[in-house]
Amino acid sequence: MEFLLSVIDDQNSVGKEDTRKSVDVFNEQLQADGYWVFAGGLALPEVATVVDDRHGEMLVTDGPFVESKEYLAGFWVVEAAGFDVALRLAAAGSRACARRVEIRPFVLE
Amino acid sequence: MNASDTQDAIARVHRGEWGRLVASLAARFGDLNVAEEAAAEAFAIAVERWPSTGLPPNPGAWLATTATRKAIDHIRRERNREQKHRAAQMTSGHTDPAQGWDVIRDDRLRLIFTCCHPALPMDARVALTLRLVSGLTVAEIARAFLVSEAAMAQRITRAKTKIKTARIPYRVPVARDLPARVSGVLAVLFLVFNEGYLPTSADNDAVRPDLSEEAIRLTRLTRALLPCDDEVAGLLALMLLSEARRPARVSSAGVLVALGEQDRGAWDKDLVAEGHQLVRLCLKAAAAGATPGRYQILAAINAVHTSARDIRQTDWSQILALYNQLVNVDASPVVALNRTVALAEVEGPRVALAAADRLQGTLTGYHAFHATRADLLRRLGRDEEARDAYEAAIKVAGNTAEIALLEQRRDQLESVV
Repeated sequence: MEFLLSVIDDQNSVGKEDTRKSVDVFNEQLQADGYWVFAGGLALPEVATVVDDRHGEMLVTDGPFVESKEYLAGFWVVEAAGFDVALRLAAAGSRACARRVEIRPFVLE
Repeated sequence: MNASDTQDAIARVHRGEWGRLVASLAARFGDLNVAEEAAAEAFAIAVERWPSTGLPPNPGAWLATTATRKAIDHIRRERNREQKHRAAQMTSGHTDPAQGWDVIRDDRLRLIFTCCHPALPMDARVALTLRLVSGLTVAEIARAFLVSEAAMAQRITRAKTKIKTARIPYRVPVARDLPARVSGVLAVLFLVFNEGYLPTSADNDAVRPDLSEEAIRLTRLTRALLPCDDEVAGLLALMLLSEARRPARVSSAGVLVALGEQDRGAWDKDLVAEGHQLVRLCLKAAAAGATPGRYQILAAINAVHTSARDIRQTDWSQILALYNQLVNVDASPVVALNRTVALAEVEGPRVALAAADRLQGTLTGYHAFHATRADLLRRLGRDEEARDAYEAAIKVAGNTAEIALLEQRRDQLESVV
């Protein structure tokens, strides 16, 4: 089953620590162990754009859909045998990127 | 067998069989909700039927068969075709539901680990354990923790939903996760025990199931399931040695009695003996090189107390040595505060007060901080400050018997002045 591991950042920690190297090591380990599905880092939320075309009139808003001190900075999608495995991966990911990590399962069809 | 005998017998069967029934159903159907409901339905039928028919020869097997049938009905009723399909798959190959009913030890352990999973909030872990492993009703748990039944039901439902959708596995954790997960289970059991031992609420009228007794029962079960874990033994010893003193802990007037003034003859000798035996077992493991965890050390501290014929014969230097050891594994300010009590006996109240004062700030909202300071100040003859400290303690204390003790102490001061 797949889990989304979201990296939670907050504005205070931007650029404080360069974790690229430790994240690379973690990513390679994920791939070597067969947990890796996909991962990526995101640009800062201030460059986000929200689109609403529910009523056929494309409303475009500058900025993230919710203003908050904390935001999604990146994510991993992992394939794990269960929550406990995902929890362990998230803990290792949290150490690697020096940030908090949220675990959410994908909905099963 | 008369009617009340049957009622007692049903209650006994409920106590003995509920946890393993839910555990086995959960293992088989992979759904805690189905397990809980089927178990409850089976017991409801038993309560209705057994008074007239008498107990079946093997009540556990009867309940297993009945509950399994109910669970299958339940799953069949689900409209979702996918689920129907799953139920059919799961029931195939199990022609005799009562068969293999002895191989349930692991199932109960799985249930405990699942209920105490660290991804669940602490209050939900407690509630879920008491509901699914102990079999207390939602109403009983709600009363014990002084929340409404609806709120408690919601807490339990939310926890079950999280287990299901977050895919929290229904199994004993793998070896490398085990120590951390066991300590998570023990934290839940200890919390249940403490809530029964020294209720934080002032409400004495609430009908409480006996949480301390239930915690001991659950810890005994955990010990039976994890016989090689010394911390489990330590926690059980700690509970038994605390529970042993219960008859002497509150006076007939409802005032908490301090350890030094308790009638030690009223302590439960059997519980003390059993607790001491477990502590000896832990000491043996420690002598063989194992590092004792916090519960083992706390149990050893309690064993020093329960070994003394009266408070004057207490080996305080031994207790202080154990607290020094405890500080190394548990750096919490509460431990540091409790250590000052032993420190006062070994090095005098002045040294102890200095140590307690260093905890100012972190423990300002904790009644025992003020109560400990008050006692030390009283012993140093600083009555004015002692009175203020007792007042501060009374203000933040929650337990009625404890407040009564603090008021008594304060009033004794005033009569001296």
